[in-house]
Amino acid sequence: MSTALQEPEVQETPNYLNAEYGWKSWLFTKDHKRIAVLYLISISVMFALGGVFAMLIRLELLTPQGDLVNSDTYNKFFTMHGVTMIFFFLIPSIPATLGNFFVPMMIGAKDLAFPRINLLSWYIYIAGALFALAAIVMGGVDTGWTFYTPFSTTYSNTFVITAAVGVFIAGFSSILTGLNFIVTIHKMRAPGMTWGRLPLFVWANYATSLIQVLGTPVVAITLALVALERAFHIGIFDPAIGGDPILFQHMFWFYSHPAVYIMILPGMGVISELITCFSRKGVFGYSFIAGSSLGIAIIGFLVWGHHMFVTGMSMYAGLYFSLLTMLVAVPSAIKVFNWTATMFRGSISYETPMLYAFGFIGLFTIGGLTGLFLGTLGLDVHLTDTYFVVAHFHYVMVGGMVVAYLGGLHFWWPKITGKMYPEGWGKFSALLVFAGFNLTFFPQFIAGYLGQPRRYHAYAPEFQVLNVMSTAGASVLGLGFIIPLIYFLWSLKYGKKAGNNPWGAKGLEWETTSPPPTYNFETTPIVTEEAYAYAKHEEAHVG
Amino acid sequence: MAELTHVQSEAHSPNLRHHFDDMGQQFDSATFGMWVFLLTEIMFFGGMFGAYTVYRSMYPEAFAATSNFMNPAFGAANTAVLIVSSLTMALAVRAAHLGHQKTLQMMLIFTMIFGLAFLVIKGFEYHEHWVDLKVPLFPSHWAWDGPNAPPQFAHQAQILFIFYFFMTGFHALHMVVGLGIMTTIFIMARQGKFSHDYYTPVEVSGLYWHFVDIVWIFLFPLLYLIGHTRQLI
Repeated sequence: MSTALQEPEVQETPNYLNAEYGWKSWLFTKDHKRIAVLYLISISVMFALGGVFAMLIRLELLTPQGDLVNSDTYNKFFTMHGVTMIFFFLIPSIPATLGNFFVPMMIGAKDLAFPRINLLSWYIYIAGALFALAAIVMGGVDTGWTFYTPFSTTYSNTFVITAAVGVFIAGFSSILTGLNFIVTIHKMRAPGMTWGRLPLFVWANYATSLIQVLGTPVVAITLALVALERAFHIGIFDPAIGGDPILFQHMFWFYSHPAVYIMILPGMGVISELITCFSRKGVFGYSFIAGSSLGIAIIGFLVWGHHMFVTGMSMYAGLYFSLLTMLVAVPSAIKVFNWTATMFRGSISYETPMLYAFGFIGLFTIGGLTGLFLGTLGLDVHLTDTYFVVAHFHYVMVGGMVVAYLGGLHFWWPKITGKMYPEGWGKFSALLVFAGFNLTFFPQFIAGYLGQPRRYHAYAPEFQVLNVMSTAGASVLGLGFIIPLIYFLWSLKYGKKAGNNPWGAKGLEWETTSPPPTYNFETTPIVTEEAYAYAKHEEAHVG
Repeated sequence: MAELTHVQSEAHSPNLRHHFDDMGQQFDSATFGMWVFLLTEIMFFGGMFGAYTVYRSMYPEAFAATSNFMNPAFGAANTAVLIVSSLTMALAVRAAHLGHQKTLQMMLIFTMIFGLAFLVIKGFEYHEHWVDLKVPLFPSHWAWDGPNAPPQFAHQAQILFIFYFFMTGFHALHMVVGLGIMTTIFIMARQGKFSHDYYTPVEVSGLYWHFVDIVWIFLFPLLYLIGHTRQLI
């Protein structure tokens, strides 16, 4: 490694942030790193918006009577919470921000293969988000984020078309990101960066991209059919004139089940990076973790029917979907076991990103195992449409995905901005997120098991204790999200200057300056080692 | 992990974008990117074909009877037009490989003419449906009567016609986009942007054009020919 890079810098080195100034240099940028920052700002806004709706839901459920808002308004709250969080935060979250920033850097490329398409994807995302915001401002949507027919096509009196168009448009931004990643990973790897040396974060994003490219077009066409049916009052999914509402659910879940792997796989990729770095060990079972990402992507396409056990679908289809759902647990378990095996006899340190990684493993395990409850045919009949489902989904999506996203953001923040966040506050808020999250969602498992149905603004009084716990937890969780927002912004100005590699981590992204120069590397790196060669690194230093 | 070394920058072509190492990598990325894009297009149309298949297996007789209201003459003519346009497109790509600029421009013009002809024929066909009251999107332009319209299929016939307009409509939209691309490529060719070293945009647009043609090859039998039992009844 060149020593020039480690000399103390008197002046700010040229980097992607100070390369150009002014709003035009951002809105017309083709630099993947700047586009990642644009995405980071936009999805944070949507996350805050979805969070406001979540808090309104929790406030309403503080009391059993349904006294804060009426049931129609409540329906709009949970719909808009779902739509903004899923389509405008979770799906773009890690790929469009951390993935956009680091996938090219990790493989030693100067940029993504199609920089202009990358910028286009952000504008498409913004266009979709504006439609979703318009739907909210005009009066909201009340169909649930799933847009089930025939309610959405015939009976709902809300702005379904506007919201569906927003999701339709945003889908293409997701497709373009996936396309860009696939081509970049295939064609732009630095010399020596073989498939077997790719960091696991890149593998995870590759598997995610496959789902984005193959699944998203189907939901796009499905939502187009819904909008068409609603606009022209024709019957595609309307049983009154021969249409099949169950077909809508099949087509919707064909995408939307794999979409939960769009949301969780990149999170798993982040965790692989965090665990190896803070255990100072090479990853246990590299090819199994990489392969399990692809395995999840493939099997994930074959299990959508487990959302529909009680719709009147054929019993044999139910058996098939139930069996395949059990199979998805295998690659997920492979990952969890390999992460724990990686930590075994590692020299573990407890920085903020690692705390998030610990949180992820615990919460994702609970979320994954309760998924098996729901994948079991008989048990699902009891649990379907109860708070058990809500709790399961949030354990995977918030406990898994959002926690991994925060862990990754803390891990790479020094690289993105060149500044350190305050470590003490980082640890404090990581613990706050973990505690608040469990307090919010664990009671929901119990409430759901005891029979509290989801999507009602009033409930039986015996569930109040559990719901008060949940609302209290949501407030703590909200605080856990606000504190990092504050100290991240604070660190931009007052944060300690980060070195090129504050964690002593392996990976090409740490070998360039912080923040990186516009073309990422002074010269194209040549890779000579496997990923996560931590042991060698330590020995070399000791020796 | 890595040693930093200089990679020799080759003789720098003005067409080489900064983030690629060489023209070969750039060409491979562009064509591979288009193949991946076509994969999403397959899934996009695949969703429609899938839904079509479900309804056809639910209502086979209704779909067959309804299909008799399509005009296979228009469909067959358009099939021929598109196949020829694929030929001229392939010849355009071939001319680009060889660096024959005049042939390239001529073949692009032919391709555009055939593409336009397809849309004109399609327009006549839509007009015929409009006059015949076979547009279920507008209640004022939908009627299901006459000797060839069994009354028990009144609702189910609408479903096929909705799929007909939806699928051919999205296909026609792809044709319009294709014509826009061809116009761009033609202007670039006129400006002398291409040579036998650099023809990536021609190659990539060719892939797109062929894909749109192939979609039609599937649409034609599934929409026009499944009934075709008028003589037998």
